[in-house]
Amino acid sequence: MKISRRGFIKLTGAGALGLGLLPVKNVLAGDHSNVTSDGKRWAMVVDSRKCGECNDCIVACHKTHNVPEIDNKEEEIKWLWKEKYEHAFPSQKHDFVDEDLKKRPFMMLCNHCDNPACVRVCPTQATFKRKSDGIVMMDYHRCIGCRYCMAGCPYGARSFNFNDPRPFIEEINKTYPTRTKGVVEKCNFCAERLAKGSLPACVEACPNNALIFGDLNDPDSEVRKVLREHYTIQRKPDLGTRPSVYYIV
Amino acid sequence: MLEKAFSGSKRYWSWVIFLLVLIGIGFGSYLYQLNKGLAVTGMSRDVSWGLYIGQFTFFVGVAASAVMVVLPYYLHNVKEFGRITVFGEFLAIAAVTMCLLFIIVDLGKPMRLFNVLIYATPHSIMFWDMIVLNGYLLLNILIGWNVLEAERNAVAPPKWVKKLVYVSIPWAVSIHTVTAFLISGLPGRHYWLTSIMAARFLASAFAAGPALLIILSLIVKKFTKFNPGETAIKKLALIVSYATIISIFFVILEFFTAFYSNIPSHMHSLEYLFAGLEGHSNMVPFMWMFAVLAVIAMVLLINPGTRNKENTLLIACIAVFVSMMLEKGLGLIIGGFIPNAFEKVTEYAPTLPELLITLGVWAIGAFILTILYKVAVSVKEEVRA
Repeated sequence: MKISRRGFIKLTGAGALGLGLLPVKNVLAGDHSNVTSDGKRWAMVVDSRKCGECNDCIVACHKTHNVPEIDNKEEEIKWLWKEKYEHAFPSQKHDFVDEDLKKRPFMMLCNHCDNPACVRVCPTQATFKRKSDGIVMMDYHRCIGCRYCMAGCPYGARSFNFNDPRPFIEEINKTYPTRTKGVVEKCNFCAERLAKGSLPACVEACPNNALIFGDLNDPDSEVRKVLREHYTIQRKPDLGTRPSVYYIV
Repeated sequence: MLEKAFSGSKRYWSWVIFLLVLIGIGFGSYLYQLNKGLAVTGMSRDVSWGLYIGQFTFFVGVAASAVMVVLPYYLHNVKEFGRITVFGEFLAIAAVTMCLLFIIVDLGKPMRLFNVLIYATPHSIMFWDMIVLNGYLLLNILIGWNVLEAERNAVAPPKWVKKLVYVSIPWAVSIHTVTAFLISGLPGRHYWLTSIMAARFLASAFAAGPALLIILSLIVKKFTKFNPGETAIKKLALIVSYATIISIFFVILEFFTAFYSNIPSHMHSLEYLFAGLEGHSNMVPFMWMFAVLAVIAMVLLINPGTRNKENTLLIACIAVFVSMMLEKGLGLIIGGFIPNAFEKVTEYAPTLPELLITLGVWAIGAFILTILYKVAVSVKEEVRA
């Protein structure tokens, strides 16, 4: 086959264009079923059967991360809190849920989704999924406070600093930053503690071992063991966000 | 040409000063918000967007509607619109500026605004909204100003302007499509998660925008020596009529899907907005006002007798504008957040500072519009003299 220089350049150009379109194809027709982080993927199993009356985990979390105590419900900041079954799993509720389940508290926190909508919508990458372990993190210094992530999150996991939070913090933990007014924040799976090799503050604080934490990508991890042995559910799994928080009911 | 804005009647100057006072009040309120944080607004952890984003959405529509005079004039040679295309384009400039300001006043950290450019993120729809809105603003400034200058000098506008006009037509559609995408692609916001959102946005935009243009044309006709022309207004009225009917039709479609399927999560927001949910009914009067005004407008617009009479047309146009603003500029955004992710209801009502800031942005829009229309009318009066 004889090929002219002109023809050769044309073909090369077309080929280069095709390569350029490859990422587009991956986005439009890619296989999203195995979106995962490169290495670890931290996850939590909440054993709601063991969860009692105390608030130890919430206190530990909020103290560690300088989360302000704001009484006004509309402006409150929360990283970890309790919801009733019917509110935690609105599409699973029915008229004859047993009394125990009705009363039982369910711990709510950021789901650290494998396919997080908040990260998709953030215009500055101030919220991002960490490649190394799948934690959905916040850069408080980059956030412009547009609150698009709050509209995007289907779990109501995010809080916005409507006020300057500092006057509302009883005792400041100097090893973790405080925030300023006008930025969004949420649970960070205690990334700062994991870096030092400790467990998240809530997991450590729970007197009943109701919170189990570990690496989903490690088949021998504690979470994988618990997941193998129990029936677990996730919040709104039909939305395709692939949450990393599981619940034993 | 800008010098035309510096000479005017006593009435012109009183209006300008009145607007400047409102801008001052709005700016003062904004400084208060900047100091205290968004806590001074009615927004909350559950309803995290409110009046600002609603107004932003609505005015994107007003801006996009300029295409309803530009397209017939440039693509279909509808000569009557030649007299008012520049009014459409100048309206777009004022409206887009308002949109950008509504976004800025909504930000928790406005000083970090340029992070959107520094850390450009194409997978965020907000990034694209910034591109299309600023592009549209630039297009309309270039086109409107150059066409008007050419008219003043009694020459044909430069060739490149016409090319920009052709770009501006699909661009107008894009600004409202992208704005719809901002909210229609979010998992878990059932009220917004509807593929008809962009079409609905465009339909209500092409109703409310040209309705405002008719109102403005009638004002120009009353207070200046320039007459935008009977036929232009009649043609615009026809556009408003069709767009209003299509808008109402689209709203009915949303009701059908939600209530015939009977899926609770799809019905909740509509129930909250139009009937109240779990005893919460702040929005109900406003949504019914929308419905009633939309029907009044439709009746007045369908009937040729009332559509072609100036007084009744004016009433119809005000009804269209107000009803679409209630639906899109308020109910649509708030409805998306109620009920919240836990199927609980937290209500929203704007506070006084929030209303004053909104009023301030409106005044800035009216100010820009006044200056630009003053220039345009003066040039047109001068050309016709």
